[in-house]
Amino acid sequence: MAQADMLWRGLRGVALTLVVVFFLFPIFWIVLMSFETNETVLQVPPTLTPHLTLQNYVALLSGKLNTATGIINITFLHNLWNSVLLSTCSVLVALILGVPAAYAFARFRFRGGEDIAFTLLSFRFAPPLLVLLPLTLYFQDIGLSNTYVGLIWIYQLICLPLILWIVRGYFEDASPDIEYAYRVDGHSWWKAFTKIAIPLAGPGIAAAALLSFIFAWNNFVFALVLASADKQPVTVGALAFVTASGIQYGIIAAAIVLSILPTLALALYAQRWLVEGLSLGAVKG
Amino acid sequence: MSEIPVTPPPLPRRPILPRALPYLLSLPALLVCIGILIPFVTAVWYSLERYNLSMPYMRSFIWFRNYISLFTDPDFWNTIQVSLIYTISTVVLELLLGLGIALLLRERSRLNNIISIALLMPLMTAPAIAALMWKLMTNPGFGVLSWLISLVGVTDFKWASSPHTAMFTVVLVDIWVYTPFMMILLLAGLRSLPQQPFEAAKLDGVNAGFVFLRITLPMLTPFLFTAVLFRTLDSIQQFDIIYAMTQGGPGNSLLVFQVRAYLEFFSYTNVGRSAAILMVLWAITYVLSQVFVRQWMKLRERAHGAS
Repeated sequence: MAQADMLWRGLRGVALTLVVVFFLFPIFWIVLMSFETNETVLQVPPTLTPHLTLQNYVALLSGKLNTATGIINITFLHNLWNSVLLSTCSVLVALILGVPAAYAFARFRFRGGEDIAFTLLSFRFAPPLLVLLPLTLYFQDIGLSNTYVGLIWIYQLICLPLILWIVRGYFEDASPDIEYAYRVDGHSWWKAFTKIAIPLAGPGIAAAALLSFIFAWNNFVFALVLASADKQPVTVGALAFVTASGIQYGIIAAAIVLSILPTLALALYAQRWLVEGLSLGAVKG
Repeated sequence: MSEIPVTPPPLPRRPILPRALPYLLSLPALLVCIGILIPFVTAVWYSLERYNLSMPYMRSFIWFRNYISLFTDPDFWNTIQVSLIYTISTVVLELLLGLGIALLLRERSRLNNIISIALLMPLMTAPAIAALMWKLMTNPGFGVLSWLISLVGVTDFKWASSPHTAMFTVVLVDIWVYTPFMMILLLAGLRSLPQQPFEAAKLDGVNAGFVFLRITLPMLTPFLFTAVLFRTLDSIQQFDIIYAMTQGGPGNSLLVFQVRAYLEFFSYTNVGRSAAILMVLWAITYVLSQVFVRQWMKLRERAHGAS
């Protein structure tokens, strides 16, 4: 029995090691690559003691890359800025639109309420191109094509359902009795909403905001279809990078690292709420 | 909307406000809803039109001829086939792997928690960026994976650039990104199961295989079902990974629904046909999402208490 137990533990250890290697090695390899010179990157077999350098990051952040054929301008920093701007504004808009609606759905049973809530949820599962392709034509007509406003609006497809359904769960979890008591004291519903309900749902709102930031940041197809180069976030910018000639692999790797660093950091910070966010509030971690 | 008094009689303000309140609070969200439903309805209309941006004068309403031409086109059947292969292989493999890993990490120990958090990193990587990472790793010149398989004697493996292995490669990337999703959902499910049946089985000395098949799996079914439907809905619409990796190629080996619709729109400017392809995909996802939402509501009520 003890021997079987040992064997079982050993197998479990091996399996877990394989799992960890498979899922983490790609990130490790890209991070390593981002600190290597082009010569080291191209070396086969890969060297175990690479000479590490910051030159890739310097080139990315300064926007200038010196090559044998001249200086190449890199706009990656601008892509990074676009990602920050688009994700932050989208989340803020989604919070302003979504938190009051979530409160309404949690506290009131009203005609059409569930229909709105489920229509918003269904956006999460409809093919995004179905909405995006007509929008490219509409946006040209109403002057929203290639604007931040147009993009932020369409980013609500991801942010709003997430905020609405997670925050709704938190409002439902908080008993309305405190709010009623507060109202009976003669305070307005607005005060009850802002002073009692929102603080009670605070952790949920924060979690939903962090998660929708991550999903907005990671989105690719919206900007691919609706934005031209000067409005593109990192996900689309990095792809253009790979196909551009003369960009060294180490620099691509550094761009990848800078693109995924913010979401990984936020995810580690918000990991307590990830389960709930990923399942749109269906499962608690 | 009939519940709102349109012209309120001269009552005190207080009682009226709360009745209209939910509508006022959800109005902004409703407007965004409508703003997104308009392009959707437009897309339905486009799918019934002969509409090519390069030949706008030919534009006319043709009822279902876009659909008829799609379903009589072997290329479209290829799209259906490729999408199904992609969806089934990713969902099945991710389910098996995710369940296996969740079982390995089931005990709440410090090490298990650290591993389960670390495994979330691929899931938090943008899928398009993940595809780029794997593109670098499978580069024939310096890619670490190309080098690794050359060590075991495979030198002519072309990854995403050969029609024979392109599907394998993008499925691998999808597995890398989304297995943690299955894992984290099933782990949360496993850890939320009541302990008594397992303790009773242990006391009775029931063997592990029996416990898994007769206790764990049945109790875990709602979670499995939700996770599988969730992933199926996303996987059948996969665009980012495939587009970033190969743009649907080589040849037509990876022209899944959304990639084909995208190319139909931007390369052939055929708006009508592109909309029809997306409507077929929408019909599939709509049916699946109806089943999903029912299942999801059950879990949600369990998590938040019936309300």
